[in-house]
Order: sequence, then structure tokens, then C-alpha cells
Amino acid sequence: MKMTKLKSNRRTFLKRAIYAVLSLEVLYVFTNLLKKNNKDESGEGMFDAGNINFIEKDKVYPFGSAHFYLSRMEDGGMLAISTKCTHLGCTIQFNNNKDRFVCPCHASAFSKNGEVLSPPATRALDIYPISIKDNKVMVDVHNPIRRNKYEASQLTYI
Amino acid sequence: MNTSGHSKAITKLLLHLHPKKVNSQAIKFNRTFGLGGIAALLFVILFISGMLLRFAYVPSVKGAYDSIIELQNEVIFGQLLRNLHYWSGMLLVVVSFLHVIRVFYSQSIYYERRKNWLYGLLMMFIVVFSNFTGYLLPWDQLAFWAVTIMTNMLSYIPFVGDSLADLVRGGNEVTETTLLRFYHFHTGLLPLIMVFLMSIHFWLVRKSKGVTVQNCEEKTMLDTHPNLVYKEVVVALIVIVALLLFSMVIDAPLQEKANPLISPNPSKAPWYFMGFQELLLHIHPGFGIFVIPVLVTVFFIYIPFINYPELNVGKWFNSEQGKKITIITVIYAVILTIVVILTSEYFLDLREWMPNVPVLISTGLLLLLLYFVPAAAFLYYLKSNHKAVKIDLVMALFTIIITAYIVMTIVGSLFRGEGMHLFA
Repeated sequence: MKMTKLKSNRRTFLKRAIYAVLSLEVLYVFTNLLKKNNKDESGEGMFDAGNINFIEKDKVYPFGSAHFYLSRMEDGGMLAISTKCTHLGCTIQFNNNKDRFVCPCHASAFSKNGEVLSPPATRALDIYPISIKDNKVMVDVHNPIRRNKYEASQLTYI
Repeated sequence: MNTSGHSKAITKLLLHLHPKKVNSQAIKFNRTFGLGGIAALLFVILFISGMLLRFAYVPSVKGAYDSIIELQNEVIFGQLLRNLHYWSGMLLVVVSFLHVIRVFYSQSIYYERRKNWLYGLLMMFIVVFSNFTGYLLPWDQLAFWAVTIMTNMLSYIPFVGDSLADLVRGGNEVTETTLLRFYHFHTGLLPLIMVFLMSIHFWLVRKSKGVTVQNCEEKTMLDTHPNLVYKEVVVALIVIVALLLFSMVIDAPLQEKANPLISPNPSKAPWYFMGFQELLLHIHPGFGIFVIPVLVTVFFIYIPFINYPELNVGKWFNSEQGKKITIITVIYAVILTIVVILTSEYFLDLREWMPNVPVLISTGLLLLLLYFVPAAAFLYYLKSNHKAVKIDLVMALFTIIITAYIVMTIVGSLFRGEGMHLFA
């Protein structure tokens, strides 16, 4: 069989154009239908992680239900690190013996400030903004911040 | 009034899927191994058992898992019904894959069959997508984390990845929205699309005058009924009995109820995606999820549109030489893939060695070249030492890709344990 040459006159062109527009319309409506439920989750609300005076330096505290670890450095700076592995979204665990975050799914490892220690993950764990009100550590658990690597400016101090 | 023409409507409709006479060559079992027919049969089994399962299943985070437990423990033959659906679904993935392999190596995708190859690839995609959407429905740990991993893979597609993943999940995590969404895809849209595609697929086979046979001198035509129909019935009965026996003995897996706070160690994608997951352990996700799959898909689509001077339609492996080359290629690809996996696992640490080079290059491009260069060298060797012609080379490339995927799937599923370490 020979390949038929692309022949286009006004009629076929119009026909194809109408099909194309109709398909796009259906696709657009369907995509919007799927998007409908996505919006209403980026709510407000701060998570109260407790009194600053009870949070010791050089320690990592789990807040499993709120999906973050509160990590306090030796100099007192704090990071609220997301438990969601940046590789494929599994929930990381803090390994006390090895002093690092480990992902059970593909063995990515992250340091206490969230930086990649071993692949396959390619970027540091997300962090949540921290603010301190009346000595309380408030974590904004609805607005994760993407970052490629750890920088000292990400730390929050009293 | 012609009553005989209108009696037994169902039987006759089914018989009309076939022509009145068939080529004796076309109905030999080792021409097709009945794979297309088995796939169609499995679709029917899945459709019926799926319809029944719908009566027991509750598509919500609260109800899903319990409804499965109840189905298994309280409903008579409930466990058997679920097993049958589960194993048929898994078998359908295998059978469809073998069918793709069969039509490719028996040179049955060229000329008037080009279009059907494309429809076939699309159906293969829908089969996998159907299986995957069904995977989430039990809402156990296995389902939840497999789908979490898989949907996160999507987010590595450049530019549109994140929004695409959110679109599939209906949010940035796997939630009830995802469950409902997958449920509707699985039990509504996908089967419907499948019915349309199957009709087109069958019709195109009929249009191309049945399954491919080699051009040969003596061509004997036999009556379809009973020569072909009896064979089909026997194969169908064997498949049904085998599936039932298997489902009676081996239960479909069900782990604990899904818990978003704890990832099991290790968490694995469904087995047919384990090749991807294995690939991702070694290579940068941008390559593993996007570059390589796109290249492979484009290649698969393009295969029947290349002009081959030495094509023997219907001849397994095109020629005796092609057969020899395919066997050597399988052996080479198995060894190469295993060597590259072991090298990357134990000896390479490209990120450490080249901290200043972007990871896209160090763990992406360089690793791809590590596989690509020996593969290309092998194709060159085939060309110069075995006088491989164009079709042989295309077959060899196809063989390398398929073999690599199978090896990665086996390594990922069977040889990786805790923390996804080899032999753990």
C-alpha cells in the first residue's frame, strides 16, 4: 500500500478544523472537571508545635500527623522539614542511630537540615515557614517551600 | 419469513466476527498462540466479575477497605470473585504484552497493519492504566504507596509534570478524591474506551484479511466452523479453568489498611512498573520518567513506517539470520543490563565525583551513555560482522529495549528487599 499524500481542500480542511476544535473543547471541559476538587485544600491555619523553651538544641522532633519534623540545630536555628520525600513522595523517617532522615521506599537519605546525603532524591526536603508568637513555635503546614539545597537563611531563630 | 436467518442471534453474531473461510496456516496454534483471543476473553471475564464486584465495593476512604474485607469473609464466593478479577487483570497485562511481542517478531505490523499496530499500542497503554487504577481501590498499604510512588513519578515530566500529577490525584496527595477518580476511570471510562478500541482492532484485522501468514504457494482455505471455532473454544475453556483453579488456591494480596503516615519498607510500585522504579534508582528522574519513555514510544510508533527493502511479512524474525541475531541480542542485553545495574549500584557515585556538574548531566546523561554506547557498539558489530540488514537492526534495538525492561522488572521485584538494597 502506498502512503496517501496529504491532500487538503477547503472541505476536508474545515472538517478537520471542526474535529480539532471539538476535541479541544471536550478535553478542556474534562480537565476542568478534574481540576474542580483541587482548589479548596490550600487553607489557612498554623500548627502549634509547642513552647520554644522545651525544644532542645541539636534534636529532631516528629510531628507525624502534621507531616513534618521540627529540627533544631546546634546554634538554635529551627527548620520545619516536610516528611514527604522529594524523590517519589514516600514518608521519610528519622533514624536516630544514623542521625539522618531515611526514605523506606528507595533508600534516599537526608541530613538533619534536609539536604540530600544519598540519592536517588535530587533535591533537599521541602520546609514549612516557621513563625514564633508568644514563645510558641507556629508552623504554616499548608504552604511548603520547595528548595534545591540547604542554606543558612532558611533557619528561623528566636 | 426467513426464521432460520433470525434464530440463534447471539451465536451467529459471534460467528460473524470471523470470515466464512480461513487460511489453514492462519489457524495453526503457534501462528498466534491465541494471545489476542485470550486477551479478549480476559476482558470479558474482567467485565463480568468487575460488574459483580461493584455491588460489594464502597468507593470511599472509610468504606473501601472494610467492604473488601466483608466481601472476602461474609459473601459466598466473595474471595473467589475478587481473586478471579485480580488474577485475570494481571494475566491480561502479561497476555497483552506477549501479544505485542508476537505481532512484532512475526512481522505482522507492516503495510495495511500499520494502523492496527498503533491501536494495539494504545490498547496496551489502556490495559496498564486500567490495571493501575484498579490497584488503588482496595485502599490497603500496598495500593496506597504504589499509587503515591507512581503519581509522583509523573511530576518529573518537565513543565507540566506537577500539574499533571495533581490533576491525576485531584490534589497533591493521594486522598479520597483520588480514590473516587480512579474508581470512575476503572469502572466507567476505561472499559468503555476499551470496547471501542477492541471493535476497531478486530475490524482492522478482518480488513487485513485475518492474521498474517507467509506468502506461500499452496493456500488451502478451511471452513471457520468448526476448524477455527473449536480451537478457540478449547483454548477459552482451558484459560477459564486454569484461572478458576488458580484463584481457588492463591488469594489476591491484601495488606493492612492504608496509612499515609507510614511507608512500608520497601514500598514498591505494581510489578509492571517495577522496571521504571528500578530505572529510577540509577538514573535522574528527568531521564527515567520522561526522556527515555518518550524516545522508546516514538521508536515503537515509528517502526512500521520505516521502509525495509528485505521485509518478509509473516515470517518469524524475518529470516533465519534474524532469528540468530535476536537470540544473540537477548543474551547480550541481559548481560549488559545486569552489568550496568551492578556497576551503578556498587561502583558509581557520579554525584559525589562531580559535585559541580548539574545532576541532570552526571546522573542523567552520563548514565544513559553508559548504557547507550555499549548498545550502539553492539548494533554496529551486528551490522559489520553478521551483515545485519535494516529490519534486523530495528529488531535488535526493540529486543534490547524489551529485554532491558524485563531484566529491570525482575531485579526490582525479586532481588530488592529492605531499603531497596540488592539482595537485602
